[in-house]
Order: sequence, then structure tokens, then C-alpha cells
Amino acid sequence: MLTQSEPHYRQPLLKTPFHERSRALSQLDSFIPWSGYSTVDVFTSVEQEYFAIRNASSLYDLTPMVKYRITGRDALRFLNRLTTRDLGKLAAGKVTYTIWCDDAGHLIDDGTVFCLGPGDYRLCTAEWQLDWLCASAIGFEVEICEVTGEIAALALQGPTSCKLLRSLGLAGVERLKPFEHATFDLPRSVGGPITLQISRTGFTGDLGYELWMSPTDAERVWDALMEVGSSRGLRPVGSRALNMARIEAGFLLPRVDFISAAHTLYPGTERSPLELGLAWLIDFGKGHFTGRRALLAEQARGPRRQLVGLDVAGQKPAHDALLYTSRSGRTQAGSVTSATWSPTCKRNLALATVDAAHSAIGSTLWADIYLNRELVWERRMVPARVVERPFYAPARRRATPPADF
Amino acid sequence: MSAAGPARYDCIVIGGGHNGLVCAAYLARSGRRVLVLEASAEVGGAAVTREFAPGFKVSACAHLLHLMPPSIVGELALERHGLAFAATRLPSTALATDGAHLSIAVEGAHSLAVHCPADAATYAEWQRLVERIAAALHPVLNATPPRLGTTAWRDRATLLNVGWRLRRLGREDLRELLRIGGMCVHDLLEERFRSPLLKGALALDAVLGTNHGPRSPGTVLSLLYRAAAAQGAGTFLQPAGGLGALSQALARAAAAAGAEVRTGSLVERILVSDDRAAGVRLASGEAIAASTVISSADPKTTFLRLLGCEHLDAGFVRRVSQLRSRGLTAKLHLALSGVPEFPGLEPAALGGRLLIAPSTDYIERAYNHSKYEEFSSAPTLEITLPTLADASLAPPGRHVLSAIVQYAPYSLAGGWMGQRQRFADIAIETLARYAPALPGCILGSELLTPPDIEREFRISGGHWHHAELALDQFFMLRPVPGATQYRAPLEGLFLCGAGCHPGGGVMGLAGRNAARALLREAA
Repeated sequence: MLTQSEPHYRQPLLKTPFHERSRALSQLDSFIPWSGYSTVDVFTSVEQEYFAIRNASSLYDLTPMVKYRITGRDALRFLNRLTTRDLGKLAAGKVTYTIWCDDAGHLIDDGTVFCLGPGDYRLCTAEWQLDWLCASAIGFEVEICEVTGEIAALALQGPTSCKLLRSLGLAGVERLKPFEHATFDLPRSVGGPITLQISRTGFTGDLGYELWMSPTDAERVWDALMEVGSSRGLRPVGSRALNMARIEAGFLLPRVDFISAAHTLYPGTERSPLELGLAWLIDFGKGHFTGRRALLAEQARGPRRQLVGLDVAGQKPAHDALLYTSRSGRTQAGSVTSATWSPTCKRNLALATVDAAHSAIGSTLWADIYLNRELVWERRMVPARVVERPFYAPARRRATPPADF
Repeated sequence: MSAAGPARYDCIVIGGGHNGLVCAAYLARSGRRVLVLEASAEVGGAAVTREFAPGFKVSACAHLLHLMPPSIVGELALERHGLAFAATRLPSTALATDGAHLSIAVEGAHSLAVHCPADAATYAEWQRLVERIAAALHPVLNATPPRLGTTAWRDRATLLNVGWRLRRLGREDLRELLRIGGMCVHDLLEERFRSPLLKGALALDAVLGTNHGPRSPGTVLSLLYRAAAAQGAGTFLQPAGGLGALSQALARAAAAAGAEVRTGSLVERILVSDDRAAGVRLASGEAIAASTVISSADPKTTFLRLLGCEHLDAGFVRRVSQLRSRGLTAKLHLALSGVPEFPGLEPAALGGRLLIAPSTDYIERAYNHSKYEEFSSAPTLEITLPTLADASLAPPGRHVLSAIVQYAPYSLAGGWMGQRQRFADIAIETLARYAPALPGCILGSELLTPPDIEREFRISGGHWHHAELALDQFFMLRPVPGATQYRAPLEGLFLCGAGCHPGGGVMGLAGRNAARALLREAA
């Protein structure tokens, strides 16, 4: 329990409403902190969990995702000034992925915005944003409430996820298109009645849903899903397996692929959305938003660096590898921020930030990789080709209704 | 939103205060088609002369002129446009309850040499040091503040010039400037002087119009800044007809240069088109187009109200909203049936500045209250009797007393409503300790508190300088990073008010600097 008398650094991490269920299934007892909560890193093995995401269904506890309810007369104007996309196009029942920047056009964070109704939105992000949201709210009639603890959330991702939800009696869930959300009632026969908000969203680049519910219903929903899912290969998964899937999908992770401009200490380590390949999220025509003038200026002179996808030779993931323009390793051109062997693509993938001159699709860079063979270290220079992202984009992620299993 | 019709004006200046008028005059002299929009029926902003009791007129805020550089007066030919002085070289006198007053920088029976011989020599030496530092710093006031980390040659030249001028002070003076620059004025005065009256008077100069007491850090800086600003402007001057007459002369100078000045025109909104300022909309609904808008309003009013946060980045808006701009200075006006008698005061001194700040502790105690949202129970006053030199301000034989009263916090616990009279009474009681017969001659009175100044002169927070003059809101940081070179983050929008470098006081340099920056940019 939280005791206010203890200093914050001695207070234990919060437990999500799924914690007891997760711990019961965790063989490794491997928990990591996320936004003040304790969450599972690995349940059994990363590989098993990864294959549940790609070949069956996976359950991931999303509760620590920081959530803000944004309401009020100026809610839309506020969000349009905060983020780079035009949210005026976002109708009730829709979700969008967006980003926000500081005055200098440096990325602060990304997240999803749910339109719950007129002037009523929910912003979901990986990290706390209240300070920046409050600064952005000056001059706007808007109320911002952190509701992280009030909403328990599960990501149900994988090719059988739709069928699984339908087996629970959630009729009509197959009609949800990507980036739509709706409310469903879990029937009495499977532990209901429970009202669930379901969005067709996720961080795996695959068919999948996110389930939003009251914390008091959390364990019953978990139980119902695990019961129906046991025959469809459903597994709870930790963040390590999810990380493999998100790299395949080409999604960025804050603190890994970029440092939020709110956290950087050294000048020049911030990243702009233009450098991160997120220019498609910027609507310069919608009116002013924070960072717009800086981004226009950067667009005019061209970004200096670029985040790219790499196909690295060999099978050893290029973790933290430095990238060079030639095999000689004389001129550095960037470095790898995320890397994984992709079992589905059978390719050695990486996300990297490289000098703009070497960012074109088809460019070849050289990755400095260290191999450890039974404690005998070897250094290898291997070619790394700049390729299109996402690396993995199955058609089923968009198919509506999804295939039956 | 876009302004209707083709632009008849190159520049619209929001606000016909002295900085707005100075800026307009310089722009018009350079051939710009300039329109000045003033909300009130008369130009001048806070530099106006207005009637506060039937037949009695007074300068509403500042009541003396001592910071406006002669170059502005000369370049704009203000004397040809009607500016005249009813009195010049006004002396300052520190009042004492026992009648042993101290006239500063004036020889005679009440001079420092008589009052406290030990201080006389030290004071002369201090004055010379201040003169040398002020001479070195004065050119900085005429410059557009440089940006940090820039490669622009002009910014580098400004920095070099500042460095060169400081270097030329010589080792001794530079060391002393570095030593005292961040000190509080109380400590400095304790080091040098003995006379409580002298220390009180000098400390009052350092804190007048600010949110500081003599023990607040940075008060030596504000004292030196005032000295630098007053360089060459001579001593205290009293314009004939009050400060409003200066504004009238400025308006005539602007009009003579070709600017159009419209009063009774309240700007409600700065219009934005294609992410640049495109004109203004008046409260009447009329839209007026112009390629450049220059606001002499305070930064909060300009950015948060007239432009609107949706046109600005969130970090910038946060800096503007955090700008310290709450006034602590009130103004008391008394209509008197005759000349008040201050026992022990020489007749010649009566027409000058009379200071009620008998010691630094007295000022500090007065300041203490304001920290807790209370007004001073024994306030400090800077008093003038303008009618002694200028009979036009009152009916024959009658007189006006004008006093700057500190400290009167903008946000008073319980609010000013219902407490205003109490503070006016306290100020009058304080006066009566030095002029016992004065309460009997009062025919009428007016107290302007910071909220009154905010409402009447449209200065957010009611601060005379629009933004507190302190190290963190000074020079390269004034008013906030992102708007320090008279340019707003929005193309086509400029600032020219007291919120900009070099700040407030009836000086006019912000207006002239802004005009020069704008003209340079277009050139």
C-alpha cells in the first residue's frame, strides 16, 4: 500500500488490477517498472510470447499507459494547438495516432487520442504529460484529468483476437475498423454483465484490439478471456515480446528510439518528427500548433538526420551498433536504436538514426557488431541496407471483418 | 480571419502611450503610413493629465520627467510641438518628522554637508562612481538586446560594444560594478553612509515602482539602471500642463511626420492571416488592415488577449503568463485649499520631490506587508506639489498634491473594494506626520491602486513598467525569451512598450528602439 509518510523513492511501485493474475502465470517473476506501475517483462519465454502475438493471440496489461480525459468548450482547439494532426476530422467513435512537440519543433511524445463525444477526448501516452498539457492549456477553456488509475486496459493482439472476442459473445466487434472504438457488453454467461470499451488499436502492427474497463471488472474480464482463449493459443505476454513485434511494425519507443524533448539534458539530442520519419503526422495547413514555425523552418532547410529501417546481414541483432559509411569504419554515419531478429520476416531488423545523406532507401551502411561465442568475442563489420518500414505489415491488420478461425 | 480591404497603412501602432507615439513618430518620419489607435479619448496612456476633482488636474501616474533622453526631445522637436517645462532641476528632499529635513544634491542650510558631514564626501564619491557606470551603461539602453548563441553580426557587435564599454571603466570601477551589481541596496548603503535620511532617500530611488524592498537582491541594479537611463536627461523636470502635455506634444510630432492618431479606438484583436499579423479589429467591429502591427500594450495583454494563445507556442505562452507584472505602486491625488505647510522645509524645496522614506528599515517594513498581500501601515511616498510651478492645474489659489505611494499590492487580501479608503487615509495620516495642517486643507482626493491602473490604463497587473524590472526580466531576457528583439514570434508583429528593453518610466527608448529594429528589418 502507498503510505504518504514515506518519501516517494521508498514507495513501492503501484500494482495494476491484473497484477495478481499476471503473477500467478509468471514463471520468471520478471517485473519491470512502467510509469509508476510494476509490469511483466517476460512470463515464460520471449519466443513463446512473440509467437502468440503473431500466430495466435496475446494479452498484454496496458493499464500503466498514462491516460488523460480532456473535456471542455475548447477541448478540440486545445488538442489541435497541442498536437500536429488535424483532430477536427476525428469523429466520436474514432481514434487517431498523433505526436506533440515543444516550441523548437522537438518531439515530446506520441500517443493516441480517442474521441468519446463532442468536446470529450482521451489522450493515451507512454509517459506523464501533465506539466506540458497544463502549459498548453493556458488560454483555453479545457479540463484535463489524469484517469490512468480509473481505467484498466488490456491489449488483445494477434490473428485470432477477433474470433476470441466474438466467442465471448461480443457481437459486432468484427465490424470495428482500424482506429475505431465502441462499447460492448460482456454477457452474464462469461462473467458479465460488464461494459467494455473496445478499440481496434495496438502496438504490434497486426490484427488486434485494446480493451478499456473499470478496474473493478478487470479480473473478471481477464478470467473470461483466458478461459475462452486457452483453446486458441492465447498467452499473456510481457514487454520483451511486444518489443520484437513493435520493431517489426516499425513503431518508435520513447527513451529507446528518441528521447523526449522534455527529458533531454544535452543540446542536440532532441529529435524532430521530420528526423524521425513522422512528417506524415504533421498537418501544416490546419492552423497554428506548438512547434509549427520551427518545423516549417526545419523542413525548408532539410532535416540533418533521419530515422531509418535497416536490414542487417547475418542473424545477430545489431544492438547499439555504430553505423559507418564504409567497411573501413572510418566515417560514422549514425547508430542503431532498436534491433531484433525477426522470426516472422526471417530478417535481422534494426531502427537507426543516420545522417540524412545516407537515409535513402537502398543505401548501404556498415554495422559494427560484436559477437560473443562462448565468451570468445569477435568484431564484425556487416552491411546494413536501408529498407522500407514497416518491415512487417500483414493484410489482416486492416481486413474488416477479420478472418474467422 | 483577415482584415477587409486593401491596406491603407503600413503600420498600426496599438496604444497611444508615450512609447507608442514615439515609435509612430519615428516610423512616420521614415515614410511609413502609420496609424496609432488609442482606446481612451485622449492620447498618453498612463502619461496623461486628468481631472480628479472639479477644477483640479494632475499627472495620473508618473508626475515628473527625468528619463526621456534629450535626443528624443530634439529629434522629434517636441518643444516646437508644445512641450514646455514649468520647472527644471527639481531638488529632492528627504523629510524628517522633527523638521530636520535633508535636501540632497543642493547646497544650503539643509544640505548633506550640514546634516551629516561624514556622508558628504562619501556621497560625492558615490555620485562620481554612479556617473561613470551610468555613462558606460547608457548606450546599452539604445540597443536592441542581442540574442544568445546567435551568429548575427549586429548581435555580436552589441555584445562587443557592451564588453568594450565595461572594459573601459577600468579595473577598479569594473570590479566595483561586478561586486555591487547583484547586491541589495540596503547592504550597499550600509557600507557607505551614516545618515538614515540619506540612505532612505537613495533606497527609495532603487525601489520606486518595483516589487522590491531595500533588502531585495538586485536593487542596486535598479538604482544603476535608473541612473543610466537618466544620463544626459538632466535632473527632474516638470512639464507645463503635466505629463499629458508631453503626450500631446508627441502626438503632434507624430501627426506632423504623417502619422494618423485615432483616439477612442479600442483594439480588441490582432488579426492573423496566413500565420502573420494582418491588422487589427476594433471593439466597434471595424477591421483595419496593415502589413505590420506594433503593440505598445504590455506583453500579457498583447499576446494572451489581443493575439490569442492559439497563435503561439505553448512554451512561449507559459513564459509570458509567468512574466512578473503585478504592480505594488499606488497614486494619491489631493485637491488642497492652499499650500500645505511642512514645518522646517525651505520654500524652495517645497516645489521639488519630497520623500517620505526616513530610513531603509522604514521602507523595508512598508514592503514587508506587501509580501503577505497587505498594504503598508506606514507607506513610503514620493510627493510633488505641481501647482507651485504650474498654476494651470488648479483653480486660482488652490493646489494639488501628487504622491506615489508604496506598497499597495495588486492582489490585496480581501480585495481593494472596501479597503481603498483605509489605505488613502493611511497615506494622508502619513503625510500629516510631516505636514500636520494638511488634512484640514483637503477638498477632494483620489487613490489609484494597481487594479485601478490596470483597468484605467489597460496595463495587465497595473505595473508601471508593464513587467517587473529585475535581473531575470532585464535586457536580453525582457520581456521573455522569444520576443526580446521587439519582434513577436509571429511575423509582422512587433512590441514597443515598457515591457521591452529598456523598460518603463517615461523614457520613450522602447518606442524608438522598436521603430529602429522594424526599419532595419525592412531595409
